[in-house]
Amino acid sequence: MAANTGTQSAEDIDSKDILRILEKHTEDRGGLIAILEEIQAEYGYLPEKSLRIISDKTGRPLVDVYSIATFYRSFSLKPRGKHLIYACLGTACHVRGAPRVVEELKHQLGIEAGETTPDKEFTLETVNCLGACALGPVVVIDGHYFSKVRKSRISQLLEQARNGFGTLEIGKDKRIFPLNVNCPHCNHSLNDDTYDIDGHPSIRVTISSGRKQGWLRLSCLYGSYNFASEFDVSIDSVVSFLCPHCGVLFPSTSDCSVCAAPMVRMLVDGGGILQICSRRGCKNHILDLV
Amino acid sequence: MITLKINGLDVSVEKGSTLLEAARFLGFPIPTLCYMDGLSPYGACRLCVVEIGEGAKAKLVSSCTYPSEEGLKVRTASSRVLRARRMILELLLASCPQSKIIQDLAAAHGIRRQRFKQEYEDCILCGLCVRMCEEQMMGKAIGFRGRGENRSIGTPFDIKSDVCRLCGGCMYVCPACQLRCTYNEPEKAICGACANLSPPCVEKEQFNDMMCYMDPCVACEIKKDK
Repeated sequence: MAANTGTQSAEDIDSKDILRILEKHTEDRGGLIAILEEIQAEYGYLPEKSLRIISDKTGRPLVDVYSIATFYRSFSLKPRGKHLIYACLGTACHVRGAPRVVEELKHQLGIEAGETTPDKEFTLETVNCLGACALGPVVVIDGHYFSKVRKSRISQLLEQARNGFGTLEIGKDKRIFPLNVNCPHCNHSLNDDTYDIDGHPSIRVTISSGRKQGWLRLSCLYGSYNFASEFDVSIDSVVSFLCPHCGVLFPSTSDCSVCAAPMVRMLVDGGGILQICSRRGCKNHILDLV
Repeated sequence: MITLKINGLDVSVEKGSTLLEAARFLGFPIPTLCYMDGLSPYGACRLCVVEIGEGAKAKLVSSCTYPSEEGLKVRTASSRVLRARRMILELLLASCPQSKIIQDLAAAHGIRRQRFKQEYEDCILCGLCVRMCEEQMMGKAIGFRGRGENRSIGTPFDIKSDVCRLCGGCMYVCPACQLRCTYNEPEKAICGACANLSPPCVEKEQFNDMMCYMDPCVACEIKKDK
């Protein structure tokens, strides 16, 4: 299932968007499901207007498009919420207590299966198997799988979904701790009190990519990959890291074992070396504490 | 020509004909519900089952969709076939007891009682109307929607279709008798003729004057009583 943007409503539907999607699929007949999938990814559901445009442009009868759109469970003709919850009611999950979990979900959200909460936050769907029967009851929220879910865990899961699963639980996880980092050349601290990421001062460096140069702020928490940057760096491109104080390029003594880009070296306050991969999207890093 | 054995008789039929066509041509009666001359065979009602093969390999197939094969041994009225047919009819009768066509077929097969709960469904999903609309009326106004127990026949979005010409062909072929009639909801209706009269669809004298293909509409009466 593609990401659910859920931000656009029926009035926003631009026939240009749909035509753009249609242009990509010129193959005979077979492209219909792919077209519907892309429209669903764009809007979170299949608006009536989009089906009419598809029928118009592909020359297939509207009734055929409609029958395909209603046949598959992954397509929805009704707008869906920001967070999509799939609760498994397959045989294995069922005997392990999935009905109670679904009841609790329905109760807490105040909706029936297949419905969306009035605030457009959650959509609850039941499915018949997710292929993880040994881990049942399984609940999937926004593509994150939760196994052996109990009734008591539902409120916590919903809360987590509201806040987003991308954020880490700082403080609870012992693998996460803050680091103070210094420039290996001028030994200035790179931690920046004026800009917090994850509730801690961020690590500020200067990056240059092509002709662009700007700041990049990394989370100082070891184990967190959150960051902010002045300009967008495209995924997989390699950037150079410079010290914002002395302007010297951070030295690189080794290449990333994952993607072969140069590893950037910084000093850890109190002794030690931190190396991070300079490729955007690569999460490889080495921490040597003395 | 293809030679095969139907009910023990060696016969030869035209190449490309189905078992149903072959058997009917030769005078062996096979009951059908979702089959109609001029429409493509669909194999939905399973009423036309025949037994092919011999011994342990014998199996039931729907004769309307099974092509004649060289040397095939077909039985159109073996005890297994009749048993299967009776069961199918009993089930059809349970889902649509108000249908005159199904009642007649059931009576002809000696079904005298109903073992199953009567559902009074509007539709047995035989697909006759869908094929009629597409193949004879060149319409494609109605089709199947959903799947499983939510499968139904109707127009996209349940509103009046742009391509529907109100020809009434779908209602004319419907064995469930009241399938396409949505009474006095003209927005949903394909026909909607009765909605133009008042009071709609309930006064029997007026009902007879209407442009309704389902005359007399038994289902209508049952729905009214409920």
